[in-house]
Amino acid sequence: MKFGVVVFPGSNCDHDCFHVLKHVFAQDVEYVWHKEDNLKDFDVVILPGGFSYGDYLRTGAIARFSPVMNAVVDFAQQGGMVFGICNGFQILCEAGLLPGALMRNRSRRFACKLVHLKVENNDTAFTNTCEVGEVLTIPIAHAEGLYYADQATLGELNQNRQILFRYSEADGSITESANPNGSLQNIAGIINKTGNVMGMMPHPDRCAEAILNSADGAKIFASLIRWSTAGVAA
Amino acid sequence: MVLAKIYITLKNGILDPQGKTVQHALESLGFQRIREVRMGKLIQLRFGEKIGKAEAERLTVAACQKLLANPVIEDYTFELITTNEPRKAK
Repeated sequence: MKFGVVVFPGSNCDHDCFHVLKHVFAQDVEYVWHKEDNLKDFDVVILPGGFSYGDYLRTGAIARFSPVMNAVVDFAQQGGMVFGICNGFQILCEAGLLPGALMRNRSRRFACKLVHLKVENNDTAFTNTCEVGEVLTIPIAHAEGLYYADQATLGELNQNRQILFRYSEADGSITESANPNGSLQNIAGIINKTGNVMGMMPHPDRCAEAILNSADGAKIFASLIRWSTAGVAA
Repeated sequence: MVLAKIYITLKNGILDPQGKTVQHALESLGFQRIREVRMGKLIQLRFGEKIGKAEAERLTVAACQKLLANPVIEDYTFELITTNEPRKAK
């Protein structure tokens, strides 16, 4: 199993992702420069967090036209696993690989803190080591994390169980006060219809070891590795 | 020479926290009769001399659809202005 971590100008969590995969999970992982146009060697491609192209125009709007993104779209269409974290999620929405858009937080402030996430669906390549209803503790760090989609799209996401994580209280209840950015329906992470492209605003890459306050993020990476080696939840 | 002035706004019904904050600031300064403030972006494209108005319009629409506006959350309108700018002195 080989992971590729895409590096855009302005990515700043590429090393976090690389570290987790290489040193926590002992996986084969390589950086992929944004000018690359071939992803054939990889099983999973990660779009990391950061401020690609300075977040100019809209977050992810310029990055989605990087040469590597054509390859990412092809890769995803052929069933390759794509995982976008934070800015990576924003890029996936801009590229149309995931529905909806990420907008400025309702508070208008950058939000940087640990949040609780309720797992809504564990029947996926990204969540198969979690339980449904389990509450993960994972940090967020973003100014544009308000998930927006129109009513029809939200209905579809719910119906197809494409919402993987919602911001919740520690006990798993979904409340307005647990919503750090104003996301519709407290949505923190979604998957595409075919189950191979996932995006989330919180940072599992920043909490995959016990020394870092929470190791809950490790479950997402462990799920991907388990899925690929055992074919679970394919 | 054709100049396109593109106005990008959030779609109706989409919350605009920035506009709300500005509205509250205006209210506190005595501007009580403003029903709503919405913020947007102005993007100006200056075309080369050989580009006529029709071609400028086609290019502007294409640029908006491809990159400048996100149709999930934004609308765009634009105006095309023909200007006779004096050449810059060398």
